[in-house]
Amino acid sequence: MILEIITPDKKVFAGEATAVTFPGTEGQFQVLNSHAPLVSTLGKGEVVVETSAAKQVFTIDGGVVEVLNNKVLVLAEAII
Amino acid sequence: MASLKEVRNRIVSVSSTQQITKAMKMVAAAKLRRAQDNIIQMRPYAQKLGEMLATVSAGSESGADSPFSKVRPVERVLMVLITSDRGLCGAFNTNVIKAAVQHIETNYPVLASRGQVEVLAIGKRGAEGMARRGYKVNSTYQDIFTRLSFVGVKEAAEMIMNAYEAGQYDRVDLVFNEFKNVATQIIRTEQFLPISSEPAVGQAVVNTSYTYEPTEAEIINELIPKSLKIKLYRGVLESNASEHGARMTAMDKATENAQELLKELKLVYNRTRQAAITKEILEIVGGAEALV
Repeated sequence: MILEIITPDKKVFAGEATAVTFPGTEGQFQVLNSHAPLVSTLGKGEVVVETSAAKQVFTIDGGVVEVLNNKVLVLAEAII
Repeated sequence: MASLKEVRNRIVSVSSTQQITKAMKMVAAAKLRRAQDNIIQMRPYAQKLGEMLATVSAGSESGADSPFSKVRPVERVLMVLITSDRGLCGAFNTNVIKAAVQHIETNYPVLASRGQVEVLAIGKRGAEGMARRGYKVNSTYQDIFTRLSFVGVKEAAEMIMNAYEAGQYDRVDLVFNEFKNVATQIIRTEQFLPISSEPAVGQAVVNTSYTYEPTEAEIINELIPKSLKIKLYRGVLESNASEHGARMTAMDKATENAQELLKELKLVYNRTRQAAITKEILEIVGGAEALV
């Protein structure tokens, strides 16, 4: 799936990912390939991005995530 | 006619001023490029956020009961003024201040006379200008521009939203310079709060059944403050780019004027020098003739 992490200051991540873990306001959850359409708010915490090669961690200060047609879009307020 | 030495001193001082204005123009040009980049960086976020808000509120019926969309009778007004921290940028700050004063006088003359219009100045110049005109200037966020980032602006936006929610203000208006191009700034006066019910203009709302977590209403209540913060941030970025554009043109003009002044001074200098030489020769000739 294609993942994009955007903040108002810059685009933090754009590219292919195999799995992403989010700090949802209702609890942590993971999005895998071909996830159903979803909109969720995010709290302060770590977004763990797993690509086929490596694992990257971003700490965000709240935001929203939208999953649609195998595209994951994260709007984060700030990366800490 | 001025003496040779006086003219020479003036030439030196004008040309050193010219060097400064030229350097300032160069710096402004570099900063302008960065400011424009910032705007471009912010755009995808703002666009996606708008789209998301449109999709979610289209999906839910119970939207628009956010505390920020409630319209109350206007008793207390907050004007948010975005100016620069530094001067030497032409009429940039004066224009904003004038527009704000005019806006207050046409829309809230009664409230202003009762002192119920407050000003929140982002940028030192606006704070000074409005204070001089006798307005009550609220806590000022002045060092936002030294390290411009979303975080700083977010704080200001949160402060405004909290004050609005607490009923401290019934209406918040925003005045700033919008960046059109390097030489042109457009003064914008926008309503910040309450949110005017804007129908999603031309946005194709995709009707997909999303899973919402938590509920749609809660997501909308999360998204609205976010879009407000972005709105303020956009104003600050536009103003920042405009500031550097305005400074660039002002400094370009100043450099040009200095060039012209130098030309005139050089003419005066040469003329004075020539006059002195002629006078000396005449004296010598006169002295020689007296000897013969």
